[in-house]
Amino acid sequence: MARITAGVATSHIPAIGAAIDLGKTRAPYWAPVFAGYDFSKHWIAAQKPDVVFLVYNDHASAFSLDIVPTFAIGCAEQFAPADEGWGPRQVPPVVGHPELAAHVAQSLIQSDFDLTVVNKMDVDHGLTVPLSLMFGQPQSWPCRVIPFAVNVVLYPPPSGMRCYRLGQALRAAIESFDADLEVQVWGTGGMSHQLQGPRAGLINQAFDRRFLDLLVTDPEALAQIPLVDYIREAGSEGIELVMWFIMRGALSARVKTAHRFYHVPASNTAVGHLILENVP
Amino acid sequence: MALQKPYLDIPGTTVFDADQSRVGYHLNTFCMSLMKADNRVRFKADERTYLDEWPMSDDQKQAVLARDYNRMIALGGNIYFLAKIFSCDGLSFQYAAATMTGMSQEAYAQMMLNGGRSPGDNHEKQR
Repeated sequence: MARITAGVATSHIPAIGAAIDLGKTRAPYWAPVFAGYDFSKHWIAAQKPDVVFLVYNDHASAFSLDIVPTFAIGCAEQFAPADEGWGPRQVPPVVGHPELAAHVAQSLIQSDFDLTVVNKMDVDHGLTVPLSLMFGQPQSWPCRVIPFAVNVVLYPPPSGMRCYRLGQALRAAIESFDADLEVQVWGTGGMSHQLQGPRAGLINQAFDRRFLDLLVTDPEALAQIPLVDYIREAGSEGIELVMWFIMRGALSARVKTAHRFYHVPASNTAVGHLILENVP
Repeated sequence: MALQKPYLDIPGTTVFDADQSRVGYHLNTFCMSLMKADNRVRFKADERTYLDEWPMSDDQKQAVLARDYNRMIALGGNIYFLAKIFSCDGLSFQYAAATMTGMSQEAYAQMMLNGGRSPGDNHEKQR
């Protein structure tokens, strides 16, 4: 049977993608950010997951205001990098896992999570920047990826608790797939940041560090943070952090923190990164 | 009964909720069109003519022409849609964020290097 081996959380800032693509990762501004992912690149090279179930949000790339799904699962064979207004990132196409994605879609809908099934979709920096941070710049991505897009653009997004429960149902779905696959679940976005209005530039290190602590030790309590508190405390775009709960819900109650990294700033944003391993 | 909007007292912040989305639909849809290279060329060649192809309010069109991002947000724009405009201009998210704060890009970048804007004075509107 398929099994979930680990979870990864990371911010997915577009400027990080630009720094990688333009060869600036060793510039003084960026070097401390990428140093936080040195461990991660070695770790994942040793782990060799077969599939990454990658939870992210679309930033008005695949989904305009014509259709706004709260939870959308990518079931296609392949996903192209999106043109977000300056041409697509020159990164490999993302190869999906249609069989596992279809299995997860049916299983989650039967668990009362009403997913939107997407068979044609471009993927933006929300998905490709985490891949670049973890895998560097390979000719092709070394595993299959199932994109799972969560609406955090149009308020209200799903609550932290809704995402946590979805993660728990996701674990049951993946573990009932009849194939010998090692699967990681990634939650991306965050941490504190605000990109709009006179309050742009907000960073709340105390909020972020507490979030990193409690996501590991007491996610049930942390998941009860009301949505408005994210906006007030972590900035209007800090609300992306709800997506980390899908990753956490898919793991065991007890996990081992293999890696933790926090850095301010990357462009407008606080960078947070966790690698959590299931304790057998 | 009116919807609860517990976020209205957060200073300097416009939450892109269902009402904002309704008001900004055509503005944000224009922004999406800039994801195609051909449309970016046409927009840059004659912005006003291109904007007139969209059923936006004149206020919305003026805000786009002036690159007044706070005004665009007040008129229903969402930052991830508006990002297509400044990307089309070859400008970064940090540039756009700085313009919305009234700071120079240099001063804004330095604030971020110093740890960002403190949440201390930015929880609630002054009463």
